[in-house]
Parts: sequence; C-alpha cells; structure tokens
Amino acid sequence: MEISDKIKKRFNGRIFDWQENSNRRAYFSVKKEDIFEVAGYMFKDLGLRFSTASCTDLREGLEILYHFSNDPKGEFYSIRVMIEDKKNPQIDSLAPIFPGAEWIEREIWEMLGVKFINHPNLKRLLLADDWPQGEYPLRKKEN
Amino acid sequence: MSHKIIVPIGPYHPLQEEPEFFQLYCEGEKVVDIDIIIGYNHRGIEQLSEGKHYDQVAFLVERICGICSSSHPYAFVLAVEDLFGGEQKVVPERALYIRTIVDELQRIHSHLLWLGLAGHFIGYNTVWMWAWKYREPVLDMFEMTTGNRNSYAMFKIGGVRRDLKEEDGPILKKMLDEFVPALDLFRGAVMDDPVIQARLKGVGILTRQQAIDWCVVGPTARASGINIDVRRDEPYGVYNRVDWNVVVEKEGDIFAKTVARILEMYESVRIIRQCLDKIPKGEIDAQLRDVPVGEGIGRVEAPRGECFHYIKSDGTNRPVRHKIRAPSFMNVASNKVGAVGGSISDATITLAAVDPCYCCTERVAVINKADNQKVMNGWDLIKLSQEKTERLKKELKA
Amino acid sequence: MDLRLKALTKSIWVFHISAGSCNNCDIEILDCLTPRFDLERFGIQLVGSVRHADALLITGAMNRKSVPRMKKIYEQAPKPCVVIAVGQCALSRHMFRDSYNVCEPLDKILPVDLYIPGCPPKPEAMIDGIIKLVNKIKEVKK
Repeated sequence: MEISDKIKKRFNGRIFDWQENSNRRAYFSVKKEDIFEVAGYMFKDLGLRFSTASCTDLREGLEILYHFSNDPKGEFYSIRVMIEDKKNPQIDSLAPIFPGAEWIEREIWEMLGVKFINHPNLKRLLLADDWPQGEYPLRKKEN
Repeated sequence: MSHKIIVPIGPYHPLQEEPEFFQLYCEGEKVVDIDIIIGYNHRGIEQLSEGKHYDQVAFLVERICGICSSSHPYAFVLAVEDLFGGEQKVVPERALYIRTIVDELQRIHSHLLWLGLAGHFIGYNTVWMWAWKYREPVLDMFEMTTGNRNSYAMFKIGGVRRDLKEEDGPILKKMLDEFVPALDLFRGAVMDDPVIQARLKGVGILTRQQAIDWCVVGPTARASGINIDVRRDEPYGVYNRVDWNVVVEKEGDIFAKTVARILEMYESVRIIRQCLDKIPKGEIDAQLRDVPVGEGIGRVEAPRGECFHYIKSDGTNRPVRHKIRAPSFMNVASNKVGAVGGSISDATITLAAVDPCYCCTERVAVINKADNQKVMNGWDLIKLSQEKTERLKKELKA
Repeated sequence: MDLRLKALTKSIWVFHISAGSCNNCDIEILDCLTPRFDLERFGIQLVGSVRHADALLITGAMNRKSVPRMKKIYEQAPKPCVVIAVGQCALSRHMFRDSYNVCEPLDKILPVDLYIPGCPPKPEAMIDGIIKLVNKIKEVKK
C-alpha cells in the first residue's frame, strides 16, 4: 500500500493503532485535534474520495470513523477518532474542506449529538422539528 | 433581491413517488439557491438493526429501498463476510455467480425505471410507458428466480437462499435476447431525438471538480468524467471474472447521465450472459456461524452508486453498530450545485437526474407565505417542463 | 342514493402519499398504470393535486415527520374520500414497529376503507382490491 507509507511518513508519531484487516482495508487512529489536517491531506493531496463517516456510541466515548476510498487501487482507509467527553462532544468539521461531508455531519449531530465546529449549516436533516432537544436516538441506553 | 420567488416542491408531489421537499429560490426564471429538506422517509433502520439477529438484518436492509433491494442486503452480507475473511474466500463459487446475476438484473430494472420517470418529467409519457413495459419481463425473471417481483430475499450470510433451477438459464437468456432490441430502440430514441438533446444537453452540469468536492458516486460521478466503479475497483461477486466495461462520460450534464445509464444496461446484459454460460454446479451456502469480533465494511455498486455498509461486531449475535450510507445520500446533496443557475422549467429533470432515492437517503408544502412568495406545486412545475418540450418541438418543426 | 357516492364508483382519481415507505409499494402502484396492468381502463388515474382526488392511496410506516403532513392532506381532500392502505407497513408498521421514528399504524390516524396487504402487494392484488371497494360502495348505495 503505497499511500499508507505516505500517510505514515507525513504524520509520523501522530498516528497510532495502525491495523490492516486485509490488503484492502486499513484502520488507524489519530487524535481528534489532528483530524482536520489528516483528512485534508488525504482528500486534497492524496486525492482519496471521502466515502462517509460513521459514529458509534461506545463505553469509552463516541468513536467516529472517517472512511476514505482509494478508487484506482480499491483500498479503503478508515480514520478512527475517539471523543471521550460524552457530555459535550466536539470535533472539527470537515465540511469546509469538502462539502460532501456536510450532510453526514448533520446526521451524526442529530443522531448522536456530536457538535461539529465550523460547520456551515448545522441543522436537522432527518428528524422531525418537534423531536425533543438533547435526545439522541443512536446513543446506547445502558452506557 | 426583492423579486426573489420561493418555489416549494413537495413533500408530496407527482414529481417523485417518494416525499422530499425542495425549496427553490428563484429570480425571474433563474434558480439562485436551493434548500433540500428530507426526513419524510426516515424509519430509523440503523437503530432497529442493532436489535436484530444478523440473519434478520438481511431482511430489514432489503426494505431500505424497494428499487435497490438487492444492493443493500448484498452490501450487508459483504460487510459481515469481511469479518470472516472476505467474500471471495468463504462463499461458494455458484453462490457468487447467482449473486452477480441478481445484482445485474436489478440494475437493468432500476435504470429502466429511471429512464421512464425521466421521460415523464420532460413530457414524454410514451417513454415512460415503453420503459416500464420492457421492465415487466425483468420483473418476471425476478419472480421466476427469486420468488418475488421486488423484495428478493436472495442474500444470506455465506451464500444465497435459493438456487437457480436448471431451466431458468435458457429462459433468462431468451428474455435478454428479446430485451436488447428494446434497448436499441431506447438508445435511438434518446440519442437521435433533437428535442431530447435540446432539453438535456448543457443542463444541470456537474463539473468534474464539483463532483469530486461533493463526493458523488455511481452514474452521476461517471457522467462527470470520474472513473469509479466499485465492481471494478474492489471486485465482489464474479465481476473480475467476466468481461465488461465501465461507462464514463465527460460532459456532466443530464444527457451524459442518461446515456451513461443506457449504455450501462448493455454492460449488464453482457455480464448476465457470461455468468449464465460460466456458472458452475455446487453448493450455494457456506453455513457460516458465530460472527467474529471486529469491524467489517461492505461496498456494492448499486444502480445509483456506491452503497456502503459498516458492521461492528462484539461476538454476540447482534451488530453493535450498523452504519448504512446509501448512494443517494451523496448524490442528492450535489443537487445544490446542479440546479442552481438553471431555469425553473429545467429544475424537475435536474433534481431527478441523479436518480434520487429518498428511501435510501433517509429515510406537504407547508410554507409560510410571505408577501412576495409565489407558491407553485410540483404539478405546475412538471407542466412548465412539459410546455418547454412542446415549445422546442414546435421550434424545431418550424 | 347519494350522488357523490355514485360518482365515486365511476372513475376513481387517486392521490398517492408515501408516508415513510421503502418505494416497493410506490413503484408497484405506478406499475399498475403502465401497459401491462393499465388501470386507466377502469377510469382510475393518479392525479397531481389532492383537491382533485377521490381516494388517498397511502403507503409506508407513518413516520413522525410525514404524519402531520398526511393529516393535512386528508383535510384538504374533498369528501367523501376513500382511504386505501397499501402494503404491510401501512397496515401494521411491519418490521419498523419498534423504531423511534415510527408512529401508530394508519387506521389509528385516519379512517381506512380498504387494506391491501403484502410486501409489496402485487399489482393484481391492488386492482382486485379496488374493484372490491367499488362493488362495496355500490352495495351501500342500494
């Protein structure tokens, strides 16, 4: 994986838990302060396509995975970011880099309550207008 | 800006069979901004899926969308099989072929459906009726091979549920032989018709750079010159074992999107024919049990683009997290650039050109009437669009 | 008898509402209009505005955002108006009944005159249902 070497070299020391499930799938973690820079590098400089983001409510915090696809090679890179603060989760928005992230961030915001800083248009996408504030359907009940 | 008119379309309107709500901000005839409001179809499938057994989820995701009802289960089983080490390793050969055949039949039926609706929007009801007439034999094939016209319930983790019968192959081939002349007819009708060219060429252009920025997928991206196709880039099924081409167009307008879809149907026919020739005998189910711990990603090229499923498993019989990203989620958002700058009478076809599927994406015009807002419903818009076609027809005759 | 009911049996104009469906029922409804099934031979037609409609064809699992709009549309429809529930979701919410975003089944919200079950119901089943409904209205009239 040529691109993985480039990422490792560029962000030496700021990337941890590199894990390759197969020769087509790579997962790695970054700190949430670095996500704007890393995602921007992957999208703008490496020319990867942003596929989507997925957020999971875990016991340790809210985990967001940003999925990037390297289409010519068929490889898939997932950046893992953990937000420990469940009471007031915040992370930088990627929508200023590419508008394709706008909708998915709106969805994560309403489904799991992650606030995206600098998002141009953070308002409800799917839920009804009278949906109670502070009630997030995809948060796990027992945690 | 005092002459700004807001044109609400929807949520219930004859433009699409699904509810969605567009607010077009217009100055004169020109659309200057657009607001897309969705959520009328949101059923909370991601959360429901966390409460279901893996085998049940396959049925649930089939009901995300009735048009791509093989793509979602396929992407889901791919995601689970990714945990087992990948589809190509665990699934029996015959099942791979059957999966590919069902997936391609679905592509044909979906593209024909879109073609018909697109014809309806620009005032060619004949195209609608014809396209849907030729879609019926495809649905018959589905009924014959899978048992249902729309929800196939064909996919299961580790294989397929039903085998292709011995006699199915020749009937399928016969259907394809009869289908190709109809497809030639459509190609001729679209590519040679001066009115359709005048209506669709140069309309709703999504440039290559915009397509990259909005991360669009599928025929929408391929019509803008982006050469992506999950079937080739990350082969699943038997797509790497049959001979076919990815259709890429450069212009990015609606005409290119239409042509891309029509040409793709030819490729689908080619793929199914080769699959029917090559399909081996054998098992159709690998009987996979006990989903391992980990994360799996499944990607399928649905008729509208890349369909993405992510599964996080903790070793129990239910997924911890099941993220679904349907292709229209990316494509519909790009309407924001496609429709802005065009005229209102082109808006209907532009908004429909990405082949939106709101059931996938999510899931009544209640507009506050201010003084300078004119309220039009979707019917008026289709009328506008159909009148424009009539006008062009007359001009061409004159 | 009632002239308005009599008119209803002649040629039903239908307005279609999708209240959170999966598209399956919707495309089968459109399928009814296309050459193979051709519902228009019975005078049945899909109309663009609810103000022209004699019947509301409702599909889907009633979600929170669409229910208020649906009620509003029902209020706008000229009465007498027939409500037809198409598909398992509209009848019983199907597999979406535990969802956070799905409300009550349709017959708790609006008075339903005809249920067409199936996931999705075949076009034949829909045509059969509508013919049965027309016959029933005729009986009431006598």
